[in-house]
Amino acid sequence: MSDPPVRAEGLVRAFVGTPVLAGVDLVVRAGEAVVLLGPNGAGKTTLLRILALLLRPGGGRLALFGTEAREAPPALRGRIGYVGHESLCYPDLTAAENLAFYARLFDVPDATARIAELIGWAGLELAAHRPVRTYSRGMAQRLALARALLHGPDLLLLDEPFAGLDPEAVAMLQRCLGGLRAAGHAIVLTTHDLERAAPVATRLAILHRGRVAWTQEGAPEPVVVAAAYQAVVAGRA
Amino acid sequence: MRRSFPPLVCASMLAALWLVFMAVPTEREMGIVQRIFYFHVASAWVAFLGFFVVAGASAVYLWNGARRADRLAEAAAEVGVLFCTLVLVTGPIWARPVWGVWWTWDPRLTMTVILWAIYASYLMLRAFGGEDEAVRRYAAVLGIVGVLDIPLIMVSVRLLRGIHPAVITRNEGGSGLTDPWMRAGLGVSALALVLLAAWLIALRMRNARLGEEVAALRREALAHGGEAA
Amino acid sequence: MRGALAILSKDLRIEWRTRESLASVFVLGVLLLVVLTVAHDPTPEAAPALAPAVLWVSFVFTGLAGVQRGFLLERENDCLAGLLTAPVDPADIYAGKLAANVVLLGATQAVVVPLTGLFLHADFWPVLPGLLAVLLLGNVGFAALATLFSAVAARTRARETLLPLLFLPLALPLLIGAVQATQAVLAGGLGAAREAVAVLVAFDVVFAVAGWLLFAYVVRD
Repeated sequence: MSDPPVRAEGLVRAFVGTPVLAGVDLVVRAGEAVVLLGPNGAGKTTLLRILALLLRPGGGRLALFGTEAREAPPALRGRIGYVGHESLCYPDLTAAENLAFYARLFDVPDATARIAELIGWAGLELAAHRPVRTYSRGMAQRLALARALLHGPDLLLLDEPFAGLDPEAVAMLQRCLGGLRAAGHAIVLTTHDLERAAPVATRLAILHRGRVAWTQEGAPEPVVVAAAYQAVVAGRA
Repeated sequence: MRRSFPPLVCASMLAALWLVFMAVPTEREMGIVQRIFYFHVASAWVAFLGFFVVAGASAVYLWNGARRADRLAEAAAEVGVLFCTLVLVTGPIWARPVWGVWWTWDPRLTMTVILWAIYASYLMLRAFGGEDEAVRRYAAVLGIVGVLDIPLIMVSVRLLRGIHPAVITRNEGGSGLTDPWMRAGLGVSALALVLLAAWLIALRMRNARLGEEVAALRREALAHGGEAA
Repeated sequence: MRGALAILSKDLRIEWRTRESLASVFVLGVLLLVVLTVAHDPTPEAAPALAPAVLWVSFVFTGLAGVQRGFLLERENDCLAGLLTAPVDPADIYAGKLAANVVLLGATQAVVVPLTGLFLHADFWPVLPGLLAVLLLGNVGFAALATLFSAVAARTRARETLLPLLFLPLALPLLIGAVQATQAVLAGGLGAAREAVAVLVAFDVVFAVAGWLLFAYVVRD
């Protein structure tokens, strides 16, 4: 498998003329977990949405699993799991119904068992038959994760997945992501909270003003990262 | 090309005016007011043509995202609605002395109203759709759907003939022109208005492009100004 | 196809759970009919002649209100992103939403039509098959156009206010055809309405195909 899950070169994107991404290069290989840090407005969400094939870049190239994003057939999306700021789940349906719907869309084999498995994993057994509207932030977040994992994606894209989770859920997510990474999946996640994301990361990157301003392999000390972060933000101000 | 527009437009308009008011003989039945017919019909042709320009430019924009195509669609829609309004204004002015009524729901008039409404909805979408780039795409979709609607409008308004008694006894402005001067009058008027419309569109497109450049410069200035401070 | 069916059943399930659209359609339909009937206050002899126009005007306005929801519900929790990150062709999303709207509009018609018959003393029973055919054709055409433009309206800043503006001018041929067809059917059965029905069929085909092809341009950024 020589085609990396993500190969992005010079990604550019503007909204109403204001540039948000100004040339992002990123390669993510199988078994890697890239954690993106950056101040608000740095373009983290935009970048993730482009990788999830939700947005088209204004310029640059993107290839997922060797296929050009521009010519991506719908089936390619079956290999990507996306967790956004919102839960992507219908508030008037229950967790079970939401997962059943997405299982149909993604053509998940043995759906009933898989859904039960994930509801158990997310700790939502008791709430599974209540509308999502009644869920707490943490429960909705866990459901969003379950939804993204439903079809066993090879590439997982998570936008601030630790937000709203209690320590137990954070630990569970860390274990899950670690396991996926070990199994050869690729992960890209954005976060404000380095401490929670660090245990999972194989590479850290700081996004600033639409560019990758700093990147480091391995798992550097939080102190090092914090210093780099300050430098990056200060250097451009 | 741009330089040659003003003199061309002036020349053709003058020719048209001279023909319509001087050279063309007075129509026997309707009298002097019939002279408005030349501009009325010519405007209708331009309005109709504008629709296809909007649709074509919209299709090109959806195909390759060329900003120029989008500017053309917008300009053509604005000029098109202008000429469509002229049709709807000159129509009643002509109708009142000739038929005795300001308005009737005859097929062609109905169709013109519907056309005008579609133009208007296109412009409303562009005006109130918001700042997002995506509005250009939505407008392009509307432009294409609008042109697809035209044959359906033509066929459906013919169904209306049934309800209203025929107020007009003869074709409103078809090719019932026998006098060669009249034919020339119509032809030159059409040419003049098409040239005028093309010129207006070109001006409007340039206007839009300059506006975009100014906005970009302003954004750049603000960005740099913020850094210097 | 699978995606379209999944979306159809999902939308119907949500609608059944909340019954929001059904309730507003029912109330709005009744109110509109009352207003239109009372404003004109026709004699029992003159009333049936009004039925086709009143029926379709009420349908259009209640239908627009009902169709709005289709994409507004995808705005909550960014659910549209959920659809767009799935291996589903946007055209299938359109098909699913279109089917759901056809069902919802059918429910609208089930409310509006009997009430029109009641308020305007119009007898629909003798021509029921023909009438149902016309209702179905009008329904599908309406849904084809409205599904496309409710997606547009939901994604703009002006939202709901924009949908009638975008939809009504384009839908006039449908309205004309439907009213004419209904009139003809009431007078002489389906055969008499051949011309108008042809217009309706043409409208349905053109805009279902157009929606199918153009929908991707509306939802894919």
